[in-house]
Amino acid sequence: MARITASVYTSHVPAIGAALDLGKTQEAYWQPVFKGYEYSKQWMKDNKPDVVFLVYNDHATAFSLEMIPTFAIGTAAKFQPADEGWGPRPVPTVIGHPDLASHIAQSVIQQDFDLTIVNRMDVDHGLTVPLSLMCGELDPKKDAWPCPVIPFAVNVVQYPVPSGRRCFMLGQAIRKAVESYDDNLNVHIWGTGGMSHQLQGARAGLINREWDNAWLDQMIADPVGCAATPHIDYVREAGSEGIELVMWLIARGAMSDVVDGKVQGPAPKVRHRFYHVPASNTAVGHLILENA
Amino acid sequence: MSLEKPYLDVPGTIIFDAEQSRKGYWLNQFCMSLMKADNRERFKADERAYLDEWTMTEEQKQAVLARDLNWCMRTGGNIYFLAKIGATDGKSFQQMAGSMTGMTEDEYRAMMVAGGRSIQGNRYLGEDGDAQPQHQPQGAAGQKKGA
Repeated sequence: MARITASVYTSHVPAIGAALDLGKTQEAYWQPVFKGYEYSKQWMKDNKPDVVFLVYNDHATAFSLEMIPTFAIGTAAKFQPADEGWGPRPVPTVIGHPDLASHIAQSVIQQDFDLTIVNRMDVDHGLTVPLSLMCGELDPKKDAWPCPVIPFAVNVVQYPVPSGRRCFMLGQAIRKAVESYDDNLNVHIWGTGGMSHQLQGARAGLINREWDNAWLDQMIADPVGCAATPHIDYVREAGSEGIELVMWLIARGAMSDVVDGKVQGPAPKVRHRFYHVPASNTAVGHLILENA
Repeated sequence: MSLEKPYLDVPGTIIFDAEQSRKGYWLNQFCMSLMKADNRERFKADERAYLDEWTMTEEQKQAVLARDLNWCMRTGGNIYFLAKIGATDGKSFQQMAGSMTGMTEDEYRAMMVAGGRSIQGNRYLGEDGDAQPQHQPQGAAGQKKGA
């Protein structure tokens, strides 16, 4: 059967993608950001998954205001990097896993989560920046991402976004779905976005280092309590765009210590933790957890 | 019964909720159209004519022409959509976000490098942090105004 063995958490700041694509990674401003992912790139090589289930949000790219799905799973065979207005990022095409993705869609809907199924979609920086951070720079034509990726888009653009609690429960449903798949696959689940940042208004540029780190501590050690954090706390303490952090709770809910909504198994091992301010407007947070 | 909106007392912040989204529908869809290179060219060639193709309010059009992102947001714009105007103008996300504070690009960048805007005094309207209405615009622009 398939298994989720690890979860990865990372910010997906578009400027990080631009820094990679424009060859700025050695600049003093960017060096500390990329240094925080050196361990992670080696870890990816040493623990290569068969499939990555990648939770992210679309930033008015594939979804305009015509349709706003709260949870959307990409079941296509491939996904093209989107042109977000600056031209598509020069990264390889994202290869999907239609068979596992449709299996998860069916199983998760049967567990009462009404997913939107997407068979055609371009993927924006929310998905490709985490891949670049974890897999390093790749040639768009000659290279390929190390494994297939299932994109899972969450609405965090129009309020109200799904609650942390709902995301945490969804993660548990996704793990059950993966474990009911017959093939022997090693699956990683990634939660992306955050940490504190605000891109709008007079409060633009807000960073809350203390809150971010307390939230991270709690997400690792007390995920049930962390999932109870109300929307308004994210908005007030971590900025209007800091609310993206609810997506991390989907990945956290899929870890094996969480059973029937409670922490019952042994705690996951923290393989790597990193925090840095700033990348453009944003606090960068990153974490790797392995099941015990 | 009215909807619960606990975020209205956060200073310097407009939450893009269902109501704002409805108000800004055509403004945001206009922004979305700028993801196509042909449309960017047509917009740049004659902004007013291009805007007149959309069912936007006159105020929304004026806000776009003025490139006043705070004004765009008040009329229902969302930053991820408005970013398409910035991309058309060759602006980065940091330049766009900074423009909403009144700070110069250098001032805003320096604030971020120094650790970002502090949360102190910026949680609730009525406190005294730098994002509060009584402290706008920020940076040298605000000091000039106060002098």
